[in-house]
Amino acid sequence: MIQNVTALEMPIDEEFRIVKNHLTNGKGKRICIVTGTHGDELEGQYVCYLIAKMVNEHPEKLKGTIDIYPALNPLGIDSMQRGVPAFDLDMNRIFPGNSRGSMIEKVAHDIYTDLSGADMVIDIHASNIFLREIPQVRISEMTAETLVPYAKLMGIDFIWIHQAATVLESTLAHSLNSTGTPCLVAEMGVGGRISHSMCQHLVDGIQNLMFSMGIWDEAPDPSKIKESIVSKNGDSVAFLNAKISGVFVTEIHNDTTIKKGQSIGQIISPLTGKILDDVIAPCDGLLFTIRAYPMVYEGSLLGRIYKL
Amino acid sequence: MKIQTIFHMSSPYRDDFRIKAYTFGEGEKTLCIVGSMRGDEIQQQFVASQMVALMKKAEEENQIMPGISISIIPSVNPFSINIEKRFWALDNTDINRMFPGYDQGETTQRIAAGLFEFIKDFKFGIQLASYYLPGNFLPHVRMIHTGFEDVNDAKYFGFPYVGIREPEPFDTVLLNYNWQIWNTQAFSLYSGTTDVIDHKMAQGAIEAISRFMVKKNMLSLTIENEGVQEPIVIEGKQLIPIQAPHAGILIIEKEAGQVVKKDEVLARIVHPYEGRDVCEIKSPVSGTIFFARNKSITFQNTLLFRIINL
Repeated sequence: MIQNVTALEMPIDEEFRIVKNHLTNGKGKRICIVTGTHGDELEGQYVCYLIAKMVNEHPEKLKGTIDIYPALNPLGIDSMQRGVPAFDLDMNRIFPGNSRGSMIEKVAHDIYTDLSGADMVIDIHASNIFLREIPQVRISEMTAETLVPYAKLMGIDFIWIHQAATVLESTLAHSLNSTGTPCLVAEMGVGGRISHSMCQHLVDGIQNLMFSMGIWDEAPDPSKIKESIVSKNGDSVAFLNAKISGVFVTEIHNDTTIKKGQSIGQIISPLTGKILDDVIAPCDGLLFTIRAYPMVYEGSLLGRIYKL
Repeated sequence: MKIQTIFHMSSPYRDDFRIKAYTFGEGEKTLCIVGSMRGDEIQQQFVASQMVALMKKAEEENQIMPGISISIIPSVNPFSINIEKRFWALDNTDINRMFPGYDQGETTQRIAAGLFEFIKDFKFGIQLASYYLPGNFLPHVRMIHTGFEDVNDAKYFGFPYVGIREPEPFDTVLLNYNWQIWNTQAFSLYSGTTDVIDHKMAQGAIEAISRFMVKKNMLSLTIENEGVQEPIVIEGKQLIPIQAPHAGILIIEKEAGQVVKKDEVLARIVHPYEGRDVCEIKSPVSGTIFFARNKSITFQNTLLFRIINL
């Protein structure tokens, strides 16, 4: 059943709506699949489609409730903007919102209220247009003890336990986790694109999690559920930042194990035909992030390596 | 007047990115003024430029007190102003969400770090700030409650109001917050507008900063103090928000700074197709308009006004 989470008038003959697909057998636990917080992240669109399709084809296997929220920032998705159009705000920096605040703060409040109390929320992100990510779940070290066991059930490639940062307290995930609603943040792929295989992989993982929680009455093929690499602590990830501005070119894909001293790519000058910098891996490890957008300034993130 | 490039970065094709500091006087790092940080902060850019002109004249006329130095950074982000983009030119990140910065991090973290390295040791800091919602403010000085703020010093600007609010999670990465944590008395000065210059309010901001410098024994100028009263300190809860009950074309009837009575009409919302009034927005209290939206359309629930209810 399609339901409104929130609805507001827009200036000229249009209603702003955030909708969810409420799929339920009327009892059991509730899982929420949310995505589309950033309008340039589209991988979650296909994940939502696959899960809704799965339930449509086998409603008898549903033993609880699955709420699917494909677009928390519908204006952004429909106009290819990462932030909230007309407000130039990052939707994931205003939670838990405020019912008496500005329009977008009220929207955030309504989303947060609707999700609160669920047995699990999966918040699906797809990096941005600049970086390509392997499928991963990101967990703040503050919530690792509670959330890592759930993340492992998803059989995702990598579980990154990162250091807590105060600024991240305004994310949807933090707002939910800090008030008793468990929320896992999934990241994968690259902005503006959909990878069918990655999406199917995440759906298999969500299915396994739902089966373990008693929400779905069928486990996925066990061969599809990997054993995740779980990061040790916040210092186990090396960041590769551009030393010089230019054009970054690489033949390396992420999800590659690399050696210290190996070339990751080059920053080149199309004007002079010179290599400005050969980007070298500072350690052995798993390259789980690689830059997708070639133009770089000094400091632009080129890759991330989980040290092995 | 000494002009320094305090941060420098190449770009793929544009001219080099530079942050420049103008320093007046010699001695203890006493006051730093930071101008525009976002690409739409034209009023802030103008005020900063006028402060450079004023300080150049003051230095030439030996009006700067001995043993102190005052630095002005007119723009932290010329790249964004030059292409009329609010946030960072490439990745749309906000430099004022990156403090204290990280010199080995991403581009805007490096810019923030380069700036902060120069400005962190000043005794006083003034950021010419703007608000995230489009609208006009009653000019005021604002501080974040960190435990390091000094409300008494804020009163020396001579604005009618000093705002204090509790920090939100995102505040921990703002310049004002980090300045205070690093023991600089930091003030955010809101000079009324953002993307257009209001000369009267700009002049008010210039006089306020000059008044502060005179009161704190940095300058030996004669400042007009007529009409300057003891400011009222207002906290967030004293500002009554007024949201749009409906969407449509917004006709503002009252501006920031006007005193209004309870039930006085502040604005009308007009149906965009049929031309009829959808509703009137009335003030729920008597008070002074602190913030007024300046866009001509509104969503439902958009914040239109904040009224000081004292």
